[in-house]
Amino acid sequence: MTGAALAALWSHWARNPLQLFTLIAGLALATALWSGVQAINAEARASYDAAAATLGEGRFDQLLPRVGETIPQERYIALRRAGWQVSPVLEGRLATPDGSIRLLGLDPMTSPGGLSPVALGGEDMDLVSFLSDGIIFADAVTAAQIASVVDLEVIVDPSVAPGLALTDIGVAQRLLDRGGVLTRLILAQVQPKGLVPLTELAPDLMRRVAQEGSDLGRLTDSFHLNLTAFGFLSFAVGIFIVHGAIGLAFEQRRTMVRTLRALGLPLRRLVWLMVAELAVFALLAGTLGVVLGYLIAAMLLPDVAATLRGLYGADVAGSIRLRPGWWLSGYAIALGGTAMAAAGALWQIARMPLLASARPRAWVMARGAGAARSGALAAGLLLGAGALALWGSGMVMGFALLACLLTGAALALPLLLRIVLGICQARARGVVAHWFWADTRQQLPGMSLALMALLLAIAANIGVSTMVSSFRLTFVGFLDQRLAPELFVGVEDAREAAALEAFLEGRAREVLPVLSVETRMAGLPADLYGARIGMTYRENWRFLASDGPVWDRVAAGEAVIVNEQLARRSGLWVGGELAVAPDVILPVIGIVADYGNPIGQAVISEALFQRLFPDIIATRFGLRTDDADRLRTALTSEFGMSEAVMIDQKDIKAFSLEVFERTFTVTGALNVLTLAVAGFAILMSLLTLAAIRLPQLAPVWALGLTRATLGRLELLRAVVLALLTAVLALPLGLALAWVLLTIVNVEAFGWRLPMYLFPLDYARLGLFALMAAVMAALWPARRLARTAPGELLKVFANER
Amino acid sequence: MSVRALVLALCLLPCAALAQGFAGLGTDADGFAVPQPNPRFDFPADHGPHPDYRIEWWYLTANLTGPDGAIYGVQWTLFRSALAPHSEEGWGDPQIWFAHAAVTTPEDHFVAERLARGGIGQAGVTVQPFAAWIDDWQMAGARFDQMRLTASGPAFRYDLALSAQGPLVFHGEGGYSVKSAKGQASYYYSQPFFAVDGVLSLPQGDVPVTGAAWLDREWSSQPLAEDQTGWDWFSLSFEAGTKLMGFRLRQEDGSHFTSATWIEPDGVTTAFPDGAFQATPLEQTQVAGRTVPIRWRVELPEKGVDVTVGAVNPQSWMDVSLPYWEGPVLITGSHRGRGYLEMTGYE
Repeated sequence: MTGAALAALWSHWARNPLQLFTLIAGLALATALWSGVQAINAEARASYDAAAATLGEGRFDQLLPRVGETIPQERYIALRRAGWQVSPVLEGRLATPDGSIRLLGLDPMTSPGGLSPVALGGEDMDLVSFLSDGIIFADAVTAAQIASVVDLEVIVDPSVAPGLALTDIGVAQRLLDRGGVLTRLILAQVQPKGLVPLTELAPDLMRRVAQEGSDLGRLTDSFHLNLTAFGFLSFAVGIFIVHGAIGLAFEQRRTMVRTLRALGLPLRRLVWLMVAELAVFALLAGTLGVVLGYLIAAMLLPDVAATLRGLYGADVAGSIRLRPGWWLSGYAIALGGTAMAAAGALWQIARMPLLASARPRAWVMARGAGAARSGALAAGLLLGAGALALWGSGMVMGFALLACLLTGAALALPLLLRIVLGICQARARGVVAHWFWADTRQQLPGMSLALMALLLAIAANIGVSTMVSSFRLTFVGFLDQRLAPELFVGVEDAREAAALEAFLEGRAREVLPVLSVETRMAGLPADLYGARIGMTYRENWRFLASDGPVWDRVAAGEAVIVNEQLARRSGLWVGGELAVAPDVILPVIGIVADYGNPIGQAVISEALFQRLFPDIIATRFGLRTDDADRLRTALTSEFGMSEAVMIDQKDIKAFSLEVFERTFTVTGALNVLTLAVAGFAILMSLLTLAAIRLPQLAPVWALGLTRATLGRLELLRAVVLALLTAVLALPLGLALAWVLLTIVNVEAFGWRLPMYLFPLDYARLGLFALMAAVMAALWPARRLARTAPGELLKVFANER
Repeated sequence: MSVRALVLALCLLPCAALAQGFAGLGTDADGFAVPQPNPRFDFPADHGPHPDYRIEWWYLTANLTGPDGAIYGVQWTLFRSALAPHSEEGWGDPQIWFAHAAVTTPEDHFVAERLARGGIGQAGVTVQPFAAWIDDWQMAGARFDQMRLTASGPAFRYDLALSAQGPLVFHGEGGYSVKSAKGQASYYYSQPFFAVDGVLSLPQGDVPVTGAAWLDREWSSQPLAEDQTGWDWFSLSFEAGTKLMGFRLRQEDGSHFTSATWIEPDGVTTAFPDGAFQATPLEQTQVAGRTVPIRWRVELPEKGVDVTVGAVNPQSWMDVSLPYWEGPVLITGSHRGRGYLEMTGYE
């Protein structure tokens, strides 16, 4: 019996291969989009990690010599012989005709995991050569630079930060002509039991503690969260397609269900068989989806081989193995999506009376009949979304709000379209136009799922484009503001600080000491900064809110600037007053955005800071200069500063921007993909409807409209519906972006990303959506235009 | 694959080129020296490194007992692996050093690993006075038969005094130990008579211990034939004072190549060729995702040996760059006693 029932169930798909294709393809595309977005997130993360690792601002404690000194190799050996797990580093500048590059020498035998170049982990990498002959790793640009001055093998490794070359410590000593010399030591995270403390063994070496995640990391976390939301949205678009396909298939199989039950197949077994059938489809589609997602990632990401290592667990160079966890998440999302899409249909089958009559158009009709109910539901959901936005709080609320908003809008779409089409019909002149609008309205129920998918796709694209572009504008502005000094350097004590300031006189355009103290303000832990106010601050800082000549008042010691975090948490805004010290109360004159910083900050003038905290000496300085390389060389060769205490902001900035640009490009490509999926949904709906609609078209044809005209009208109809949907998607997309930027982000990170509008982008998206609709409608319209007159005549002969 | 595993794989695994005694020149294709029969050892120089051979080790295992009768196993191994058959000062030295240390109790197995490059003083071996070291791990003394042994890891450290109670013993034909029917061989001698006295520092506190240790010295350029997949090596000390070293090299076709040395309490040895010594797994267990035999039947009929050798701690897995099983064993059957078992090549 089970076998026979399975054969009967399968026969439906055998007769409707297109439907099966829609189901599997829809699900696979949904899963693929989800996987693709995950891949891009992982790509970006891997890039930041590589940047963090190679820029040295990292996860390991380090031992540094005093300014102007180096660490003799014997010290390293002595520390190793005392049991300390340290690894030697020699860093220096290597002059090339196109400017100097940073050369970093490491010892792969002792360096903690993850510090070596990515390519060195490859199986075909010749480590013997790395250790003995010398191999250099660098990105493409830097590699070309080095090749002109060094006669060693240079391997291009995109994970190495720009302007940096990695090689063996011995090779570095040779190239830099600094035999027996080290510039710093990296401390492994785990050390053996019972060692003599470093303060006794090496009191002259300064221990720099590992940084727990950089500001950049926190800023990008927000970006990832938003991209993940985009992944979900893409998935939702796919699920609409699946929902449509499953709903139609189940409706069409009602007769079969009735017959099978009449033949004695228990209802419970029948439902389980259908569940099993769907599960098989979901697994199949999930497999396809994960592979497709991988292909999307592989096509979109330039250096996929290096970064997919982490994502897919590729441990053999050249052959990529998908990680089990990856498969599982792909299957889970495919199965979950199918369950979501099929639950309603299965429920109906389970409740269907044994003797219910078969209704081939019931599915379409039911959608129409339910319009009022879904309208009410949509109104409820949208009201709920509004209520959540006004009174809700917390991350979960943010996502609940998104869900309410999107579902509500999707459900409201057919209703809104009906109203608009009704108005058009009322205003229509001429019988053909009248018929056109009426027929479009009549088609709406069958098209509504596809149109909902299109709505969500356009809205998601508008939302994500807005979010990503706003993010980019904000991020670039923030980088300019905070990383304005070309060079950051550190010293150890007041004597060195004074010497450095004297040395920099006339050499740097501006010297900005970083003076800060951890304190409590407005009852919250916060950092107070003393700023040497000059052109850098005046030109680069942008305020969220300000009042009057901000920097003049601050320089005069009459006012304070606070960051957004402190302002929001303490309820302070411009005009309020803040106690920066027990007896010093200053008016707040400006609020500054401070992305990626978890705690509050306030800025006063350097003079006031020194009066309040005379014991605090600046040990870090931002340097403004027109020639960072020359200043850097002067600092190392003349002042004797270690490379390790200098941070070249240009490198960090360029690298961060490059990583983001890559992510933006990929997001653009994903936009096109989502729209393609929505277009696919339209195509499938039109094809499905084409067969059912023949009886409605035949009379119009018989009344004198040619098949060609009918075809053109069919195309026009798709364009009209898509256009209306796109117009309705605009406010939804903006609402989506607003929720992501101002609610979800604030809940997650405590700061709000300003929202910018990009009308040109939206127009382009609308155009893409129309193109997708036209392309989807082209084939069905052509088919209609070429329908044999005999087919149309058969409608009247009742011989279909 | 990590960088370190790659280094070890490059260095440790046998090379394809079969060059044993090739044209009588005694070097293989890469210029490494190859062990020759009838060796003449030169001590103390031969306690030191032989950089013209591809691999070499100073391998000590100890069976120890605490004041409450609790049993412990200790391992200390320094490996030398050459990328090229010479040595030089500085980072350019092709000699790679790595070391493993472990403490085994019936419940725990603590492991640590160290890696170093030669030529910079981080690791090495000198003979007069004797010192073998890597970082702070050291086996050193004025003479080879009176030494102090130290090592430490994140969860343990030990400091043990070694005092030889008998002579050096030479395996195979006077220290020329054949490893396959095709003639692969190594130079191999041992000091199996060390008395041990010292302290183990474990997470639960310091434990004074006494017992016996066995030091193996072996070097070669190609210890295994290409069709050999791994080895099972036994060092057994019986209560009567006699000792047995035996190993079984597993071959791809399922056959084995065995070799053994019987050691009298006064150090007089008898070498046994392939087939005399037999080791048969009796019980296997899952260790680190692999199936590894942890109870064996060991036979040497010529000496009336038919014993069962069982692991003190079946989970004595050396989770290092090139992982293997190594731990203390208890002996029952025709003879009783304690010893050490090493098993490699179980995937």
